[in-house]
Amino acid sequence: QGRFRISHHALDRTVREAISNPNDHKTLGALRPLSSAVVESLSLALKMPFKRYVEIGRVAFVTYGKEYGRLVVIVDVIDQNRALVDSPEMVRGQINFKRLSLTDIKIDIPRVPKKKTLIDAMETADVKNKWENSSWGRKLIVQKRRASLNDFDRFKVMLAKIKRGGAIRQELAKLKKADVA
Amino acid sequence: MIKLFSRRRFDMVAFRFHQYQVVGRALPTAADEHPKIYRMKLWATNEVRAKSKFWYFLRKLKKVKKSNGQVLAINEIFERKPTKIKNYGIWLRYQSRTGYHNMYKEYRDTTLNGAVEQMYNEMASRHRVRHHCIQIIKTATIPSKLCKRESTKQFHDSKIKFPLVFKKVRPPTRKLKTTYKASRPNLFM
Repeated sequence: QGRFRISHHALDRTVREAISNPNDHKTLGALRPLSSAVVESLSLALKMPFKRYVEIGRVAFVTYGKEYGRLVVIVDVIDQNRALVDSPEMVRGQINFKRLSLTDIKIDIPRVPKKKTLIDAMETADVKNKWENSSWGRKLIVQKRRASLNDFDRFKVMLAKIKRGGAIRQELAKLKKADVA
Repeated sequence: MIKLFSRRRFDMVAFRFHQYQVVGRALPTAADEHPKIYRMKLWATNEVRAKSKFWYFLRKLKKVKKSNGQVLAINEIFERKPTKIKNYGIWLRYQSRTGYHNMYKEYRDTTLNGAVEQMYNEMASRHRVRHHCIQIIKTATIPSKLCKRESTKQFHDSKIKFPLVFKKVRPPTRKLKTTYKASRPNLFM
């Protein structure tokens, strides 16, 4: 009961502030974290530009540190700066939000699920395929491929680029001629 | 497929403060053949410091010093469930510029060592108290219902959801750090 009272109070003041200046990131930052119901109603009221939230089941990409490049699932929130994350190939551990980049993918899991539940949920949500077909995921695959080319591959790429450039220029020349005529 | 051998952990980071269990007693004398054995759980950066702290506290409680006592065992205590988030309450006694005070602080963390480290850092930043002026009286894992501080209670939400408002653009390794950037980084998450 004490908690409800205080969250209403917090809602009052911060919502008033947020509604009066909806683009003020500092105010919006102070709102974090609120209960999900409050966040939903706020985002409807204010048209908050945030689409990706830290929530249980959010898939995130690790952008710093030893685990760089891994996709992990946020399984619980420790405090303002850290989350408990889990992934099929690693022991569940904590990570700072500064090392994470949230993705669009969200899976449906209870708070801190067993490993097996997590793996099953990831299968049903088809996280791997969604990631590899998303533009972000595809870019990463291309980057990896480019980094792993050997000299002969790079030679082949050069030839392919020349061929492609030639074809484009031919078409362009045709269009120019048609334009002039 | 779970790779059972590659059990890589995030938070096997070096904790600055380790928890030790030190067991000691006074040396047996002709008057007292079997002196009482005392056990203490304390935090120190290493074992040597832990033993020293043990004698410091034991001296204050019993009539025994390091010179007429012996440490029987010193073991490091590790976290039982480092993948479970817990609310820790820490009772401490600290020395400020004007006197000694007691405090009760709450932290949310996966390990007790982590919470204690948080506590030391917070005391240093908020109250300018260095770690040698802090004595930990008691620590406990607090169930969510009994937490007192709003800052820990606000995370007791099973459907917690908040946006990350500000993204600091950071290169993935320090080697790729540059002083100047060609274009303004986009800070939207």
